[in-house]
Amino acid sequence: MDSDRAQSDPAAVAAPLVAVEALTRRYRMGPQTVHALEGVTVAIHRGEFVAVMGPSGSGKSTFMNLLGCLDRPDAGQYRLNGREVAGLSSDALAALRNRSIGFVFQSFNLLPRQTALANVALPMVYAAVGHGQREERALAALEAVGLRGRAGHRPTQLSGGQQQRVAIARALVNEPLLLLADEPTGALDTATSIEIMALFQRLNRRGITIVLVTHEPEVARFAGRVLHFRDGCLTADLVQAPEAAA
Amino acid sequence: MTALDALRAALDSLRANPLRSALTMLGIVIGVAAVIAMVAVGAGARDQVLRQIASLGTNLILVGQGSIARGGVKLGAGTASSLTEDDALAVLAEIPDVMVTAPSVRWGLQIVAGNQNWGTVLFGITPDYMDARDWTVEAGRGLSDDDVAQANKVVVLGRTVVRSLFGGGDPIGQPVRVFSTPLTVVGVLGEKGQNTQGQDQDDVIFVPLSTAKRNIPGMAKSNPRFIHSMVVKMRDGSDMAEAQAQLRDLLRQRHRLITDQDDDFWMRDLSEVSATRDASSRALSFLLAAVAAVSLLVGGIGIMNIMLVSVTERTREIGLRLAIGARRRDILIQFLIESTTLSLIGAAVGVVLGIATAAGVAALAGWPTLIRLDSVVLAVAVSGVVGVFFGLYPARRAARLNPIEALRHE
Repeated sequence: MDSDRAQSDPAAVAAPLVAVEALTRRYRMGPQTVHALEGVTVAIHRGEFVAVMGPSGSGKSTFMNLLGCLDRPDAGQYRLNGREVAGLSSDALAALRNRSIGFVFQSFNLLPRQTALANVALPMVYAAVGHGQREERALAALEAVGLRGRAGHRPTQLSGGQQQRVAIARALVNEPLLLLADEPTGALDTATSIEIMALFQRLNRRGITIVLVTHEPEVARFAGRVLHFRDGCLTADLVQAPEAAA
Repeated sequence: MTALDALRAALDSLRANPLRSALTMLGIVIGVAAVIAMVAVGAGARDQVLRQIASLGTNLILVGQGSIARGGVKLGAGTASSLTEDDALAVLAEIPDVMVTAPSVRWGLQIVAGNQNWGTVLFGITPDYMDARDWTVEAGRGLSDDDVAQANKVVVLGRTVVRSLFGGGDPIGQPVRVFSTPLTVVGVLGEKGQNTQGQDQDDVIFVPLSTAKRNIPGMAKSNPRFIHSMVVKMRDGSDMAEAQAQLRDLLRQRHRLITDQDDDFWMRDLSEVSATRDASSRALSFLLAAVAAVSLLVGGIGIMNIMLVSVTERTREIGLRLAIGARRRDILIQFLIESTTLSLIGAAVGVVLGIATAAGVAALAGWPTLIRLDSVVLAVAVSGVVGVFFGLYPARRAARLNPIEALRHE
């Protein structure tokens, strides 16, 4: 299973981390078919910081769910780290989400009765990491988001920004190939949003590939590349000089 | 996800709503406590009945003198005087598997000692009678063949009679009187307690058969060999029905009864009594088990209800767990362990409560109770099965959630 992450095959290293071709997803809503995503082709390389933008209904969330292996495409191909995802079993997809992808959500989704440390350790429960190792790795992840001192706090004892940083630590704890953030600043005030974006930039500089969905241009300006979606199609793919958040 | 992780998650979730968890468990607690307490009461009662029956002896046949009919009028039990000591000897000699026959006569009378008197029942017996009915001698000696042969004026007293006549004093060697006959007390019988009908079995006195016949007015009547009844003791494991049939044939033949004449004796097999008692207490146990099963079922439905609520409440948690790599099986197992933990904790509390209830019933109502290990094991096992069975549907529902929709759930 660790081969997902530690592929040393030179061809795989040269290939983009995310290679999407003609990706299509349709939903049936009553008699209508909604074209949530129509033939999207894009490649994302290691170390990129990509913002995905678009109005609601543009397909950006569908795109995100497909990248995160939470959903399956109706047509097209998705290679993650050179590996075709389409044919994988539901258990194999769960393993892929566990080891190769880290999720950050708008509403944090922390377990309210667990400490920050236990929340961060949760993905390791499903990765067969020994109990002894879990605490050490969870503390290291909290350290990376600057919250080592709050390991024993419950989410209700933390501010919104701190909660989101715990969630980011949880996303990082299994050292994923790809960090997916869905409106991570949507529930935060401007100053805290900028702090979170600064954290993403720091992590990105350390080599973590980030794909971030947002509808706010002020957030997208911190990314190095912006994908614009509209009506299920990719309408623009712009490389930009990211603004420094801190 | 290891079992330890799942157990920890389950306990954590149960602790989150302690009152709700406790109320949910209540059905199982009551069910298990009911099984254990009721089985304990049932088993205690059955055990007592079986011991009483064993004290009578299950391989015994009682034969008594029956009624005679004069012109179609039946005169009631004991009116015939056809049963004799010779019948008893013939039964012993001619029917295989008969170990002992013990002829006896009985008479209700007053016994006098000094200035005390007591109404009791006198049995005129041979020593075999004591053996056949499992009487023991607590003090002094029992009756001997010599006593019977010489019609010695000796008597053995039951515990109740001793208490009534002598209080705490030693009766051995003391003179007593029945009618006008003086007798010497030679022994005291071991205590037997009440029989299955609640009669005091210790309110008896035993004298030699010959002594009874010679000294009790009117006893010998026209036939000096007559007896009221005899106890026939069969070898252990004999076919009692077969033995009864042989006995009946032999006695009818000896009494020269023709084909359509009624028996002039009655016969009772104590194993019949024991079978009836056993069957009725078994039926009671079954009824109690059914009641307990219903309450466990209700408890299970309570668990299912609360687990469904829990799955709905924790939809986002389930979505999150799926997103960070839980397989559907992990979610299924987590919720199954949660429902099973709920029912097993309930079962543990129920076991304690059930044992306490049984002890309380024994102490307060004075009923004999017997905690049966198999009822404890069965109740706990059934609770575990109830937890899994009623947890399965909610757990499957949780495991089948779509992670995208679950994460969006409000």
